[in-house]
Amino acid sequence: MKNALATGLLGLSLMAAGPAAAEPVKIGVITTLSGGGAGLGIDMRDAFTLAIEQSGNKDIELVIEDDARKPELAVQIAQKMIQSDKVDLMTGIIWSNLAMAVVPNAVAQDVIYLSPNAGPSALAGPNCHPNYFNVAYQNDNFHEAMGQYANQDYKKTFILAPNYPAGKDSLTGFKRFYKGEIAGEVYTKVGQTDYAAEIAQIRASGADSVFFFLPGGMGIAFLKQYAQSGVDIPIMGPAFSFSQDILPAVGDAALGIRNSATWAKDLDNEANHKFVEAFQAKYGRLPSVYAAQSWDTANLILSALSKASVKDKEAFRAALKEADFESVRGKFSFNTNNHPIQDIYIREVVKEGDVLTNRIVAKAFTDHKDAYAQQCNM
Amino acid sequence: MRRAVTREAATNTTLALLLLAAPLAASAMGEPFYVTLATRIAVLALAAVGLNIALGLGGLVSFGHAAFFGLGGYAAGILATHAFNAEPLFLGIAGTTSMPAIWLVAMVVCGLVALPIGAVSLRTSGVYFIMITLAFAQMIYYFAISWPAYGGEDGLSIYLRNSFPWVNTAAPLPFFLVCYGLLLLGLLVFRALRDSRFGAALQAARQNEVRLAAVGIAPFDIRLTAFVISAMMTGVAGALFADLNHFVSPSMLSWHMSGELIVLIILGGKGRLFGPVAGAMLYVLLEHVLGGITERWQFFLGLILLGVVLFARGGLIGLVAGRQSHG
Amino acid sequence: MSIALLIEQLLNGLQLGVMLFLMAAGLTLIFGVMGLINLAHGSLYMIGAFACAIVATATGSFWIGLAASLAAAAAAGAIMEITVIRRLYERDHLDQVLATFALILIFSEGTRWLFGSFPLYLDIPPALQGAVPLPGGGQYQLYRLAIIGVGVAVAVGLYLLIARTRLGMRIRAGESDREMIAALGVDISTLYTVVFALGAALAGLAGALVGALQSVQVGMGEPVLILAFVVIVIGGIGSIKGALFGAVLVGVVDTMGRFLLPQALTLMLAPSQAALVGGALASMLIYIVMALILAFRPSGLFSAQS
Repeated sequence: MKNALATGLLGLSLMAAGPAAAEPVKIGVITTLSGGGAGLGIDMRDAFTLAIEQSGNKDIELVIEDDARKPELAVQIAQKMIQSDKVDLMTGIIWSNLAMAVVPNAVAQDVIYLSPNAGPSALAGPNCHPNYFNVAYQNDNFHEAMGQYANQDYKKTFILAPNYPAGKDSLTGFKRFYKGEIAGEVYTKVGQTDYAAEIAQIRASGADSVFFFLPGGMGIAFLKQYAQSGVDIPIMGPAFSFSQDILPAVGDAALGIRNSATWAKDLDNEANHKFVEAFQAKYGRLPSVYAAQSWDTANLILSALSKASVKDKEAFRAALKEADFESVRGKFSFNTNNHPIQDIYIREVVKEGDVLTNRIVAKAFTDHKDAYAQQCNM
Repeated sequence: MRRAVTREAATNTTLALLLLAAPLAASAMGEPFYVTLATRIAVLALAAVGLNIALGLGGLVSFGHAAFFGLGGYAAGILATHAFNAEPLFLGIAGTTSMPAIWLVAMVVCGLVALPIGAVSLRTSGVYFIMITLAFAQMIYYFAISWPAYGGEDGLSIYLRNSFPWVNTAAPLPFFLVCYGLLLLGLLVFRALRDSRFGAALQAARQNEVRLAAVGIAPFDIRLTAFVISAMMTGVAGALFADLNHFVSPSMLSWHMSGELIVLIILGGKGRLFGPVAGAMLYVLLEHVLGGITERWQFFLGLILLGVVLFARGGLIGLVAGRQSHG
Repeated sequence: MSIALLIEQLLNGLQLGVMLFLMAAGLTLIFGVMGLINLAHGSLYMIGAFACAIVATATGSFWIGLAASLAAAAAAGAIMEITVIRRLYERDHLDQVLATFALILIFSEGTRWLFGSFPLYLDIPPALQGAVPLPGGGQYQLYRLAIIGVGVAVAVGLYLLIARTRLGMRIRAGESDREMIAALGVDISTLYTVVFALGAALAGLAGALVGALQSVQVGMGEPVLILAFVVIVIGGIGSIKGALFGAVLVGVVDTMGRFLLPQALTLMLAPSQAALVGGALASMLIYIVMALILAFRPSGLFSAQS
């Protein structure tokens, strides 16, 4: 609270009106806790609440609500949190389309939003906002890393993603760094669960590798069917289909597959050891990449709270921007558009005893920035 | 019988006043969120009143009205985006942020789309009609998801709420009053239709098609007209919904949305003037209250809906005002 | 494009169609006999998949899991019929739609409550792993061939059941005249429960078979449900033959559309554009086909009523 002194007369008058230090900080968490994609939201929430709990900070009040992965419902909850609960900060959304529904409107009402997962390109470029902080990644990043890494071994890649904006961003991101030839490019139906037709095309294409982005159940289905089909062209993709929440359902079909992410549980730094241990002790399962990003989000907020009052938006934003916290990803800082500058790794799915998990095998990028920062005038 | 009618009228008046008083009170007490919630009720109710023309009066169970709800929403989103970016739409036509103009466009677009959909769908009946309307809505849904120009699955943000003459629509209460006014207008249209000769023919077509044909009225034309009017009203509600959320996305076109619109009508009472209003009030409040209590809220919502269908025939209005006096 | 690839894609379409048939047969049977629209049919599919995954993981045997899926889905179907569905036969379709819509919410959240939010693991049995050679130099996955086999067996079995057995006779009687069958002294409510459980078991079987190919998770039944409705509407509601025909048609059209449309469009557009537009058209294709069929045959291709 020492910064309250620095805010001068205005700050003093606020202090006089009521002791600012005692006032709790309200954080609104909108995430997916029911329906098909609930696993991701639950990991997000569990890591976030654990981080707050471990900090021992008693002045933080969490308002957690379920968006059921429906954009309209997420908007309604956001309005309630802003207008009725009067939250100071918001976070929690997993999906790009829900973020696009909530974020532009929330930040315009002077609420600070911190994204623990989605990073649509529109919010990184022309529509960036001082109140919007992305603590996860810009949507293209994982795919760019995979494209960069693929240059080492492959010349002719077959690429595949669902037919929606994040899918197009994915293939664009991959192609941005990949120098080889594209053996085939397929956009599948959103929510598709049978990939026999696409796998047959892959087999016939003469590709030397396959890059795919199919989040959630789509990826589980694709990986199982790909392994069952006996096609032996190596596959690779972003971490979403290889994260800890999904691996048990994919099974051995995922073994040995290379995937790109900003984090893995074997990343060697003190914050990460502490995080993995605490999460496992509390919930009895390994954390996913979503849990890791959410843990970082909570710790970023905690670090900023120790420097500035959340009521002083200007100072608080500056404190957030410093990113002065121990990230489980090791290095972490913000670019000019409030999106991360971070290393991106290549991981491999391995088996530890009976448990499938990832270990890091290479680094694709050091201090990687997204491609949209120039378009952001902030 | 007369008593049942007056009891329903009293129920309707109470509901109308309640929906007006609650946000006024909430606004006075500095709780703007409840104004937003009431706006959501009014808009969803208007969409369901539109559906109620086809479903309640005409007996046409459209499982695809989300298509019109979403098209209305996209009319608002697309026009506003073009106006915001100062890009002409096509052939040099500019976008607009004026609500009445947007509503007009939403109505014209929905009417033009409903005409062929209705013309094909009305050749079928019963379950086939339910499913073919669903199929058309799915077609538009997948188109919206994969068409990149207006955001695809990510949807389209409306950065500033569109404008209405002499009203500050950015503030919750004035915007609520606009929506509430349109809801009342929608209800008036519904009542006028129901009590007109057209409405009588439509209801007769539902009950006895052969007799209607015998007096020289083609049920097909009557039904198609009702379907198109119904779609237009739901489309206007969609435009308001997009303005309410500052956002439109394909989920407005999804079959869940079509299902929810039907749920609103049955909850409140099918074919009843205020059925959709009562249904929307109950549904939105349930969603809000249950969602705040437990993350298992969908489970309990399901139980309550099931209870209403099984044990409260005639919906809420039926429960309060007694069984329908006619029709 | 080689002949082998074309044959493989046709088989893929056939396999998708057969899987849809298992779903659609139950739906159309229930509609034909009881006149009921059951939106919760997808939930029974989900129950079959969950039962198979859980039992197979616990026992290590896919086959015990498969038996469990049939039993669990049939039991869930019977309970559902006795507690809820039975009250809906006399209601109009609207009430049926709403009640079974509510059942979807209850089943989905209930399943998540019991089994958690993370997808479950289920793999194909070792005996059916591997592929068989196709004429023209290609190969096809054994498990998918087995699914086609199961579908054909179910179609034949249903035909024999309905044409040759006492139960089948009652079902046919129930379809044509409900009062009559009650007058003949058949216990109609037991018959209805049995038919519903049979339809449920078929959905559960589909769920278990497909669960080994896809992901076993909450909400997995909904996309299949809509496709199954498209199938029975194309085929003519109440007609098993129609369901079989409609299912194969939808399966083949969907698969070939996904495969051929983007390729055809490369003649006019750049590859990236063609992939996008072709993908979009392919996802709308079966709905377009359905609308066209209903425009010319308003009660489907093999309507049971006409």
